[in-house]
Amino acid sequence: MMKLWFKSGSPWIWLNAAAVSTCLIMVVAVLALVLVRGIGNVWPAQVIQFSYQEEGKPLSTIIGEKVDTSITPAVMAKSTGHKMADDEDTLVQYLVKVGNRDVTGADFRWIEARNVKEQSDPESMIVIERREWGNFYGQLLEVKENGKTVATGQQAMPELQTRLAATLVAFDKIKQLEKKEIGAINYDLEQLRLKQKKLQLENKWNSDAEKQFAADKADYDAQYQSHQAELAALYKEIRRDSLVAKTESGANITIPLAKVVMVYQPNTMNIFGKLGFFCHKVYEFLTDYPREANTEGGIFPAIFGTVMMVIIMSIIVTPFGVIAAVYLREYAKQGFTTQLIRIAVNNLAGVPSIVYGVFGLGFFIYILGGNIDSLLYPESSPAPVYGTPGLLWASLTMVLLTLPVVIVSTEEGLARIPKSIREGSLALGATKIETLWRTVLPMASPAMMTGLILAVARAAGEVAPLMLVGVVKLAPTLPLDGNFPFLHLDRKFMHLGFHIYDVGFQSPNVEAARPLVYATALLLVLVIAVLNLTAIIFRNRLREKYRALEG
Amino acid sequence: MTEQQTRSHSIDMSSILGEQRQSQTPNETCIKVENLNFFYGKKQALYGVNMEMYRKKVTAYIGPSGCGKSTLLRCINRMNDLVDHVTIEGKILLDDENIYDKSVKVAELRRRVGMVFQKPNPFPKTIFENVTYGLRIQGINDKRLLEETVEKSLRGAALWDEVKDRLQDNALGLSGGQQQRLVIARAIAIEPEVLLLDEPASALDPISTLKIEELINELKEKYTIVIVTHNMQQAARVSDYTAFMYMGELIEMSTTSELFTNPKKKQTEDYITGRYG
Repeated sequence: MMKLWFKSGSPWIWLNAAAVSTCLIMVVAVLALVLVRGIGNVWPAQVIQFSYQEEGKPLSTIIGEKVDTSITPAVMAKSTGHKMADDEDTLVQYLVKVGNRDVTGADFRWIEARNVKEQSDPESMIVIERREWGNFYGQLLEVKENGKTVATGQQAMPELQTRLAATLVAFDKIKQLEKKEIGAINYDLEQLRLKQKKLQLENKWNSDAEKQFAADKADYDAQYQSHQAELAALYKEIRRDSLVAKTESGANITIPLAKVVMVYQPNTMNIFGKLGFFCHKVYEFLTDYPREANTEGGIFPAIFGTVMMVIIMSIIVTPFGVIAAVYLREYAKQGFTTQLIRIAVNNLAGVPSIVYGVFGLGFFIYILGGNIDSLLYPESSPAPVYGTPGLLWASLTMVLLTLPVVIVSTEEGLARIPKSIREGSLALGATKIETLWRTVLPMASPAMMTGLILAVARAAGEVAPLMLVGVVKLAPTLPLDGNFPFLHLDRKFMHLGFHIYDVGFQSPNVEAARPLVYATALLLVLVIAVLNLTAIIFRNRLREKYRALEG
Repeated sequence: MTEQQTRSHSIDMSSILGEQRQSQTPNETCIKVENLNFFYGKKQALYGVNMEMYRKKVTAYIGPSGCGKSTLLRCINRMNDLVDHVTIEGKILLDDENIYDKSVKVAELRRRVGMVFQKPNPFPKTIFENVTYGLRIQGINDKRLLEETVEKSLRGAALWDEVKDRLQDNALGLSGGQQQRLVIARAIAIEPEVLLLDEPASALDPISTLKIEELINELKEKYTIVIVTHNMQQAARVSDYTAFMYMGELIEMSTTSELFTNPKKKQTEDYITGRYG
């Protein structure tokens, strides 16, 4: 009976099905975990007011968001020093985000459920997202202008929102001025200084050049001064207003509006209000710059840097890999040497990526970059231009890392083109190169795209080598901006993969950073998916177009 | 440069001569094979083949599988050059010029000697682009000229009426028979002198086969045709001359009616009466 069952093949089918479903479950579980944890971070939780009394201590108030619940068996709780009554089986603890780091010193706190005497979520609770010290939880008392109270009680909230809106507009203007206008002037000034140094190095520094230099510098200085005046006015405007709020311990603290990102009352929001808030936060996460050691704000520079690096890598690796594969498959005499090269290429794909990072640092940055600097940029010495990690070197390192994949899949594509097609072209009087360009390469293009897809997936998710060749925790400027030559390949950049590592493991505020790790991971997966989908759609179009002959 | 000039000169001359010849004598030698030995590595595939093929006639090669008839055919446009480790001895003269001479450019030769393969092999491009492929290779991009050539070639291949409304469709959407006629149209679009057909109907159904055979009859008005076929009835139907090959040797060659009704060699008789092959 058993033998018959084995003979029928159904155990084998079951095994196959089980393997497939295990894979599926794991993928879905990863995505679900990342999705839930990542999105949970931006959903506005209720702000709860706890009346809390520990044994032998006076009653106190705790205000915050309940983030997590932990249940510990009594035995274990006892061994960690908790006093447990005989009838208690478990110790229930809540992790509460209490914020107010400037007052309490930590934004998270564990409390024991049995000590909570009462809990409520009064509508008057406000959350203030600040540029420093994390969130504030408490109650709004009054709004002040130049230290004088302008609104209290019921009027305080609407007054605060209008004033905050104006302050934020001014704040954006300041950022704009500092980044764009003053940034451009600083960039030009730096260029001017380098030009001066270059002329001096070439012994061409004379009175004419000096006059020109002085005139240019005066021009930039004047521009700078006018912007500076504008800035001063704006700074005065944003520093005018402040708010006073009461913390959980009853203390009043004053917060200048210049330090406030947003104020909201989660306990008054209905589901649509929360949804709107959620969308706003997602948008901010995607488009904003990071704040507070990357634990707050958005991750736009990391998205931008990742995509940028992948694009530059694709532009270099595709032609490079395709040309190498064409030589190997079409021109090189097949034999021991080509076989050896093929084995070497295949093995390159298995080299640990950190080794590529070391190679990139040693060869690209120190040797290539160092020489480029001494030949082309002597004026900026001792500060390196290309002799330091940057976008170009990171992209080139990724090119090396992904080259084997592109070569192997292009070769496979070329091998799959039927001989009859080549002969058909040659029989019409085409030379080998004409046959290649007009027929073989277009027909092999889907395979090249497959190689590129694999390369993109690998490069976008790589972290270790990038730490050596160009990725940083916080890049002050994007590699693409309005200053000539617009694309700055020498700049350092941010990367989603490294961002996950940095936020998760290098952050001073682990609890606050944890949701960001999930959210960034989710985004990294999405970015890779989008890049891949684009390539896959493109490849399927090509496949449709160059559908090979049957058989 | 000079070489190319002489080449184009010789082409002009031959085409002029060709017209004269046609009006004078019907049997003018177009291709002459002299003492051809062919080796795949160490294995000899052709043994001292000598034969002549006449202008604007259809010559058929028959013989059992592996007898070397396709190898011989592929020598005429030097398709065998693509195979590694082959050795060719002897001469093939096209218009009295040895095509294995060092001065001959292979691509140039293949423009003069078109070829159609056993299995239809259209490019995965539009019908229009398939037919104009050879012209575009030669750098001809004039739209009107291309359109004229496409119509002329497709009419020449008896395909025009079936595809004239869908020239921009992918050629792979055509049926097998249509694809094979498209490939013939593609070959005649560059106006070769010689057409080599390597079992052109063996992958096709009977009706498509019939169409191809009718087409061969029309094409011989303009082209010298050499056809390899397994099918003796087909050889008898379409060819003027037939060569019987066996084990890499040319056993017998004469007019088709002579070979089939009155074979000189016993091997030929055995083959055409079905005793082997």
